[in-house]
Amino acid sequence: MSDLLEVRRLEVAYGGIRALKGVDFEVREGELVALIGANGAGKSTTLRALAALVRPAAGTIRYRGEVTHHLPSYALVRKGLALVPEGRGVFARLTVRENLEMGAYHRADRGVAADLERVFALMPRLAERSGQLAGTLSGGEQQMLAIGRALMSRPRLLLLDEPSMGLAPLMVQKVFEIVQSVAREGVTILLVEQNAKLALELSSRAYVLESGLVSASGPSAALLTDPKVREAYLGEAA
Amino acid sequence: MLARLRKNPAAKWLGLALVAAALAVLPFAVEATAGRGWVRIIDFALLYIMLALGLNIVVGFAGLLDLGYIAFYAVGAYMWALLASPHLTANFPAFAAMFPGGLHFPIWTMIPLGAALAAVFGVLLGAPTLRLRGDYLAIVTLGFGEIIRIFLNNLNAPVNITNGPQGITKIDPFSIFGVPFNKPLAVFGLNIPPVTLYYYLFLLLVVAIIFISLRLEDSRIGRAWVAIREDEIAAKAMGINTRNVKLLAFAMGATFGGVAGGLFAGFQGFVSPESFTLLESIMVLSMVVLGGMGHVPGVVLGAVLLATLPEAIRYTVVPAQKFLFDRQVIDPESLRMLLFGLALILVMLYRPAGLWPSQVRKREFAAAEKAGRVEPEQFPDRTDASEGARL
Repeated sequence: MSDLLEVRRLEVAYGGIRALKGVDFEVREGELVALIGANGAGKSTTLRALAALVRPAAGTIRYRGEVTHHLPSYALVRKGLALVPEGRGVFARLTVRENLEMGAYHRADRGVAADLERVFALMPRLAERSGQLAGTLSGGEQQMLAIGRALMSRPRLLLLDEPSMGLAPLMVQKVFEIVQSVAREGVTILLVEQNAKLALELSSRAYVLESGLVSASGPSAALLTDPKVREAYLGEAA
Repeated sequence: MLARLRKNPAAKWLGLALVAAALAVLPFAVEATAGRGWVRIIDFALLYIMLALGLNIVVGFAGLLDLGYIAFYAVGAYMWALLASPHLTANFPAFAAMFPGGLHFPIWTMIPLGAALAAVFGVLLGAPTLRLRGDYLAIVTLGFGEIIRIFLNNLNAPVNITNGPQGITKIDPFSIFGVPFNKPLAVFGLNIPPVTLYYYLFLLLVVAIIFISLRLEDSRIGRAWVAIREDEIAAKAMGINTRNVKLLAFAMGATFGGVAGGLFAGFQGFVSPESFTLLESIMVLSMVVLGGMGHVPGVVLGAVLLATLPEAIRYTVVPAQKFLFDRQVIDPESLRMLLFGLALILVMLYRPAGLWPSQVRKREFAAAEKAGRVEPEQFPDRTDASEGARL
């Protein structure tokens, strides 16, 4: 399997503060990789750098074998890299259907209608509410909509930023089921999560970020039983 | 009923034909009943419609608050003033040598040149403000509008480009196919006065601008503007080149202003910096907000109302005061602004989405109102909690 995404010595600074201090990781084709860590560890910053919402200060990002950290976000979307932003970022004053159509903004092919049906099949709740304003949906439904909207761009790599944020436990379960079925359809996923237990259960491999550095990595099953990880992120005494 | 009309193409065309006929005879009807002065007021209302529709692209479609929009009007007006008046040839021997017959550009060059120059200025304003939104953007655009006006006021020394506060006079009137607009035109025994000729010219351009606005709203670019207005980060994540799309909004909005400015210069025959004050920018913004931001018919309504109502007040308050108090108590000019402010407050209280808002805005304000009604129920909880904390 080849590396779809390869990140080497990635550094990002906000003013004088270095949020990432040289992060290395890679995501292979078809994998579901989780990036976990505490608040302020640099998880979201990593995703923002991958989606070109912030410029890295140093290091390289290689996507599909080509160096991409100098490209603007819109060019990355055309190359099949889709971001589901933190806090969902749905277009609140547009309807559910309009939101999904916006996801296919850069596409000119004729498959958009078919993809819309696929998203509706995956998330029947969205189909029921296709005419409703996105701002009137519940948090979980908005998260589904944000994922569906990203799928409308036919991504090869889906970046998910904290999909469980602010959701009721039952909704978190539902959203994660959807993430799982998207992964099963062959979309490679990089999942950033604070809910470490769920993220590790869902993913095949994971990286633990700590103060802007990768402090642990490996198969998710191994990390789940690692006493250090259990103590720091799963709320258990070692 | 409107929906049924829309479904019936024959009725739609009939309706359009009726509106067109009404607009065609309007200046004659107005002149016969209210006098020629009112035809002139309607001409200005048409110019304001162009301005309001241009600003609507920036503020209504793309959600970028612009308080210096009148600067593009000024750019278009001064461009035409310089290209079609003796000012440049009188002050610069080089120009006099280049154009021995004097500078008299035809109207056909005015529209593309005015649009292009204003678009350049639009990009000039847009480029440094790409990262700004809301209040901060408003402050910078306000500054931009004032800078343009102050430049126009002071560029008479060391080289006299704009003739300073005196302004530029003797601007050529428009002429189309050799028909000059400053003389009455006799057609089939009908004597069409200049103001009415200008009315038809402006009306034609307003129709074109309305058409462009409506098509833009429905286009890919229109969608991208809406996305940026709603959430810029998400718009980026959709693959929208937010930088170019925002610059395009500034440029497109500015072109309408530039064209309107050129028309204004030719219509008046005179331009001076006084016509391009902050108050004018605010007036145009009020038209957009009052009519219904982002909704083309609403914006047209707002422009017509705000351009004609103050004049109506001017014509009625003096006789009304004379009748009531036997003398003039309040100057109509100050009363005009007073009533104008009152009207704005009333509209914001009772129709916050504008007089004729688009469906989206209406939904959004309805949702906000619903959310507002929930708040009082939540409020006691919050005070309870804080009291508990204090105890």
